[in-house]
Amino acid sequence: MIPAAAAVQRPPDARLMVVDASGHVVHKRRADFAALVHRGDVVIANDAATLPASLFGIHVATGSRIELRLAGRRSLHPHHVHRFTAVVFGAGDFRTPTESRPRPPAVSVGDLLQLGPLDAVVRAVLDHPRLIEVTFRGSAQEIWEGLARHGRPIQYSYLTAPLAVWDTWTTIASRPVAFEAPSAGFLLDWRLVDSLRAREATFVTLTHAAGISSTGDARLDAMFPLAEAYEIPLRTASAIDAARRRGARIIAVGTTVVRALEDAAVQDGHVRAGRASATLRVGALTRLQIVDALVTGQHEPGTSHYELLRAFQDDSVLRRVTAEAERHGYRAHEFGDSLFIVRRNGNARTFTTTSDTRQGPPSEPASDSDQIAGHSG
Amino acid sequence: MTHTSIRGLRIAVTGGTSGLGLALVRRLLDAGADVAFVARGRAGVERVCQERPDAHGIVGDVSRKEEIHPIAIQVLGALNGLDVLVNNASSLGPVPLAPLADTECEDLERALATNVLGPFRLTKALLGSLAATAREGGAPLVINISSDAAVTPYAGWGAYGASKAALAHLTRIWDAELAAEGIRMVSVDPGDMDTPLHAIAIPDADRSTLKNPEQAAAEIVELIAANVARAPKVETLS
Repeated sequence: MIPAAAAVQRPPDARLMVVDASGHVVHKRRADFAALVHRGDVVIANDAATLPASLFGIHVATGSRIELRLAGRRSLHPHHVHRFTAVVFGAGDFRTPTESRPRPPAVSVGDLLQLGPLDAVVRAVLDHPRLIEVTFRGSAQEIWEGLARHGRPIQYSYLTAPLAVWDTWTTIASRPVAFEAPSAGFLLDWRLVDSLRAREATFVTLTHAAGISSTGDARLDAMFPLAEAYEIPLRTASAIDAARRRGARIIAVGTTVVRALEDAAVQDGHVRAGRASATLRVGALTRLQIVDALVTGQHEPGTSHYELLRAFQDDSVLRRVTAEAERHGYRAHEFGDSLFIVRRNGNARTFTTTSDTRQGPPSEPASDSDQIAGHSG
Repeated sequence: MTHTSIRGLRIAVTGGTSGLGLALVRRLLDAGADVAFVARGRAGVERVCQERPDAHGIVGDVSRKEEIHPIAIQVLGALNGLDVLVNNASSLGPVPLAPLADTECEDLERALATNVLGPFRLTKALLGSLAATAREGGAPLVINISSDAAVTPYAGWGAYGASKAALAHLTRIWDAELAAEGIRMVSVDPGDMDTPLHAIAIPDADRSTLKNPEQAAAEIVELIAANVARAPKVETLS
């Protein structure tokens, strides 16, 4: 697929491929999205704003230039802003494809990273030498100021110009907790939100700290998505309950929404309000319990986003989707064209255990869980 | 004194280190709000933070496009969301005040950048959070500080008056458009106050005829409290 190289969130010629429950493909304009929403549907978007999560600086022990890309935090509790999971990159920036970047220096526990005004200490090297946990020194306010002033949006070499922070914020962007833009939400503007209301659909949100999508290291990329913190508001949980009682559809705007909702429902098929960390990896083996349809970008086979699509439709259908996208010149990546995909008939909301699809660490100590127990919305 | 309906509200105030803004920051903190304030000068921000360690001070210039998102990130980081935004930071335009015919274009541009584009950009950057507050049952409110110069064509107040008139009209239109999202936007004319800005505009004013900014701040606190009453029920996670 052709990468979308310009940072335009709602290009007037954006397209939308629609895959219905039986796997039929039709081509529409993205402006037609609202018409796919039925009366009574609940449309759920990720309202996370995007942090400028790329931090340039120095690995003090070796004097090497590095780029640190923040990739996760333990929870969305406002006090949890000191510790982050992060990926270390060598010298250079987004203009060099990640797989061609020079290797970063080896980092060890206790190493100091000077990142502009921010000082970070390496607390752990996780399951890959470039995947680390860091703690920022200073007060929460100093950390927010350092991130806000020194951080740059994470971006990739297919974009020709540096991104501004506003390029990465969706119209509905709220708290700055995502590390890369929840870009399916780029299709939303206030007029569209209003038109959903006019169609008597319900528009609600959750907040999910979307992690990073690619590092150029195959072994590391295979570990993605890492655990991602999310928060489901009470009203969103109630709207989901109400929709399920009346048999209405749940439409997710973005893969992050699918991951958060299906992770929240893992225990008993019920979405509770609260904060948690998504460890569920949605893929071919996942039986979707909550989400009926997804609007997302055009994803290429082999990516974790594409894996998630396999929960919605069979591989034969997805192969056709890819072929159609190639034939019709759909554009890929965060500023590209869209895909609306309905869950295939049969992959219904059946309770299944998902322990075999959950990934390992980083995990959350039980005491850090902010899940609101016993709240049914 | 704490104020039941204001306790815990997340409020951001621009121009928070002098005049009405500072008075408002103090009053809102006293009333139990969680307050972030923005001002251009680091020294001023640090001075207020020393006086009120419970405030979140943010250094930033709302007239500069590239500073808006860094300000928004810090506001949202500090407050974990937003209930009320007070766009108070203002520029007089030419100093000393000048008739429009003698006003440099750059001075008019500065007044528009601070008094119109700044509030527009910052409100737009924070609109997602305000809408989220509404979805959670809160009563988000944007207060744009206006002036009688926005209505009456006072000679010598061209840049300021025209920019405040633009802000007031923008406020009315935006308020109408955002009604469906549950976000209110209002203009407040606090009256002629005894503030540093007024002293720059009219150095020889009889200060005894000017309103105390404390009084104006108290009125705005009451306005915020009254607005809370329209909230169906605030449901936020602890």
